[in-house]
Amino acid sequence: MSDNKQDASVGGAAFCACSLDPSRRALMAATAGVGAVAAAGVAVPFAASFMPSERAKAAGAPVEVDLSRLQPGEKMTVEWQGKPVWILRRTPEMLASLQSHAAGLVDPESKAAEQPAYVKGEARAIKPEYFVCVGICTHLGCSPSDKLKPGAEGGMDESWPGGFLCPCHGSRFDLAGRVFKSMPAPTNLVIPPHTYLSDTRLVIGEDTKGA
Amino acid sequence: MSTSKLLAEKGQQLLGWVDERFPLTSTYKAHMAEYYAPKNFNFWYFFGSLALLVLVMQIVTGIFLVMHYKPDASLNAAGVPVAFASVEYIMRDVPGGWIIRYMHSTGASAFFIVVYLHMFRGLIYGSYRKPRELIWLFGVGIFLCLMAEAFFGYLLPWGQMSFWGAQVIVNLFAAIPLIGPDLSVFIRGDFVVSDATLNRFFAFHVIAIPLVLLGLVAAHLIALHEVGSNNPDGVEIKKHKDANGIPLDGIPFHPYYSVKDIFGAVVFLIVFSIIVFFAPEGGGYFLEFNNFFPADPLKTPPHIAPVWYFTPFYSILRATTSDFMWALGALVALTGGLTVLTAKCRHVKLAAAAVTVVALLAFVLIEAKVWGVVLMGGSVLIFGLLPWLDQSPVKSIRYRGGLYKSILAVWVVCFIVLGYLGVQPPSPIGNLVSQICSWLYLAFFAFMPWYTRLDKTKPEPERVS
Amino acid sequence: MRLFTKSLAVALFGLAALGAQAAESVALDKAPLRFDNASLQSGAKTFINYCLSCHGASAMRYNRLTQIGLTEQQIRDNLMFTADKVGEQMTVAMRHDDAKRWFGAAPPDLSVIARARASGDGSGADWLYTYMRQFYRDDSRPSGWNNVIFPGVGMPHVLWQLQGMQVAHFVEKDDGHGGKVQHLERLEVVEPGLMTKQEYDDEVANLVSFLTWMGEPARETRHLIGWVVIAVLSVLAVLTWMLKRAFWKDVH
Repeated sequence: MSDNKQDASVGGAAFCACSLDPSRRALMAATAGVGAVAAAGVAVPFAASFMPSERAKAAGAPVEVDLSRLQPGEKMTVEWQGKPVWILRRTPEMLASLQSHAAGLVDPESKAAEQPAYVKGEARAIKPEYFVCVGICTHLGCSPSDKLKPGAEGGMDESWPGGFLCPCHGSRFDLAGRVFKSMPAPTNLVIPPHTYLSDTRLVIGEDTKGA
Repeated sequence: MSTSKLLAEKGQQLLGWVDERFPLTSTYKAHMAEYYAPKNFNFWYFFGSLALLVLVMQIVTGIFLVMHYKPDASLNAAGVPVAFASVEYIMRDVPGGWIIRYMHSTGASAFFIVVYLHMFRGLIYGSYRKPRELIWLFGVGIFLCLMAEAFFGYLLPWGQMSFWGAQVIVNLFAAIPLIGPDLSVFIRGDFVVSDATLNRFFAFHVIAIPLVLLGLVAAHLIALHEVGSNNPDGVEIKKHKDANGIPLDGIPFHPYYSVKDIFGAVVFLIVFSIIVFFAPEGGGYFLEFNNFFPADPLKTPPHIAPVWYFTPFYSILRATTSDFMWALGALVALTGGLTVLTAKCRHVKLAAAAVTVVALLAFVLIEAKVWGVVLMGGSVLIFGLLPWLDQSPVKSIRYRGGLYKSILAVWVVCFIVLGYLGVQPPSPIGNLVSQICSWLYLAFFAFMPWYTRLDKTKPEPERVS
Repeated sequence: MRLFTKSLAVALFGLAALGAQAAESVALDKAPLRFDNASLQSGAKTFINYCLSCHGASAMRYNRLTQIGLTEQQIRDNLMFTADKVGEQMTVAMRHDDAKRWFGAAPPDLSVIARARASGDGSGADWLYTYMRQFYRDDSRPSGWNNVIFPGVGMPHVLWQLQGMQVAHFVEKDDGHGGKVQHLERLEVVEPGLMTKQEYDDEVANLVSFLTWMGEPARETRHLIGWVVIAVLSVLAVLTWMLKRAFWKDVH
């Protein structure tokens, strides 16, 4: 028991672990084990309370949008999960313009972009006419402003094909939410899951209409 | 060198590094491994550590509740007060919210159960006697803080009982002569209990009182560890030490009392869980039924009573009518007379006579309503005088005589009866009984210096049994 | 301590005697609660069809009805009249201030009514069960209705077409202090409703079961978790007890 004295000077932890006979040691381990389980159990509701509440989930539930009154060339904004979701009804000219500047884009094919699998190509839409995206810059979360008209009219330069400009750090996106090269934003704008109930009824937040 | 040896060495080095800069090991030794507690602690000695456990639990659950609760008395779109709705929001919409809320609401009652038992332990074993007067006074402070904390917290759910309870208690202050009515407006910040009241009570409940409470708990423990614990025999273990200066009847707090208290804590948690998971309303005593109605300033519920832990003192308030003042006057006159007759010093005799006369005059001149408030406060504060009122040569009930034991028994009965009557609606018989009990409650303290001297005590042993 | 225990016993006996003379109580019928999905769903339907037009249940979200076995589609198709989203709360279209003007007092929110109506006389469910079955005609009331356990109630008897019309027969009795009190002798059905008494009692029992469930939807989960917690703590209690004994061997 010469160890004992030395351990006692270290303090209780050593006192408990080393100076014990094996049966006490096993008992200590068992108690500590069950105690840890209990402690973990107690932590569950506290950790869970940090998750979105039913209210937050209800607010984040899919949103139905009526598109019948949206005119060509117009944009509407709806709220989904507290975020602005843009719906832009693109004119044929707007759609045509998307092809003009692929070389200036970071990711013209949207390979790295966050978007559902059913949204493909340069138009990035289920129906090319309606462009749906989350209106939040992929840089630091500001909401870009509309610069829909091409050219210098909106304070942009002559070669501007039309799109969006983030007011915070100047990131530029085209009319399919694709980011231009050497901008702070790393990726194209996010496209939320969405689906059409009919020609003019759109659900945002759901891939296919739930049961 | 094996890995474990190496690790142990590194650990030693780290500990040494810390100890040169912070008294970690010495603090640990002073308060745990080399804090020598009497070896004869019994069941009653669990409640101190349990009170600490409940305190921690209330603080942790409270922090999480504050993340979701809203102190706002205005009505939401559905016509329900925002504060009331936010409690139901916690109960339903926040994941795990109901467990946290029930832990907190049950914890409030558990706190008082544990603290009352802890105080009773001090009472029967004379833990308030010299040299532990300051521990006891800090304890009385903790009890007062706890009552304030419970009172402020009870307004927050903004139910009918919250509202009218606060209304009645704040109006107690209106009884104070001259400044009373203005004072109660000052406390509420409005002419009725309102959003302003709710917000200031919230601030007191979540930060102001807890800070004071924690400070007092620290002082309580520091004072305890300075003088050492009392024990069921009420004898000082420090009188008999071995060659190393360690009390012969003492054992290190850690591991002996740490393992014992952990067992006590687990048993307590089982009882606590049974209430939280199977009877969180506590039969309407822990969560009052009427408090599930949102606060309505225009409609008083037919029967309002404070939460159970306040009712002994609330009963004393209700018992203080103009008739009762005669009985109270007699009590004061008797106490004063006894002091004049038995005091040894001339100045004390004079002072006692003067205080008695002034008190009796004041009883006549100031209305009973005021004295009800004074007595309610006094019946709590008077605990602080116990170290000086008790003149017995022994500390523990084990060596007290039949006189003290019967008087204490009567007092305990009175306390329980007062508590019971406080939750009942007023009735003529109930009022009479509560007046008798209030008188006896106060007499227990008032006559203590004399009956503790008269009591036929048994000799205390030298060592703990 | 023997003296001590004896006097305590005497006192507690006295307390019981005191309790016997406590305040007057109302006789409540015991509500036959049933928490199976079919009963709760039937209660939910009654609640939404009859109660929800005036009373909100603003703490209750429609999608919580999935807990009693309904699918979101069923809820959307059959039960949602005022809300668009299945996660929305059961609120009333009526504005609070308007309601206050029209009824004198705004119809209370019923989210936790079954908990609020509990008292020493019985559970909140018992009160509601009795209340919904003891409406009677009273032309002196603005609504034309009165209630035995809620005299002067503001709410008309919403389910009267189901229950039928009752009248109350009172007898005068001595109140023991020389005065007279009106004492209910019996309720008589003077115009039968669409349901028999048994059917109506069942309907109300389902409604009250639903209100009780709605008062605390987590109740069943609470009991379930409770058993687990107590089981774990019991194991821990045994282990800590053994640990305590193992250490305390040195002391004795």
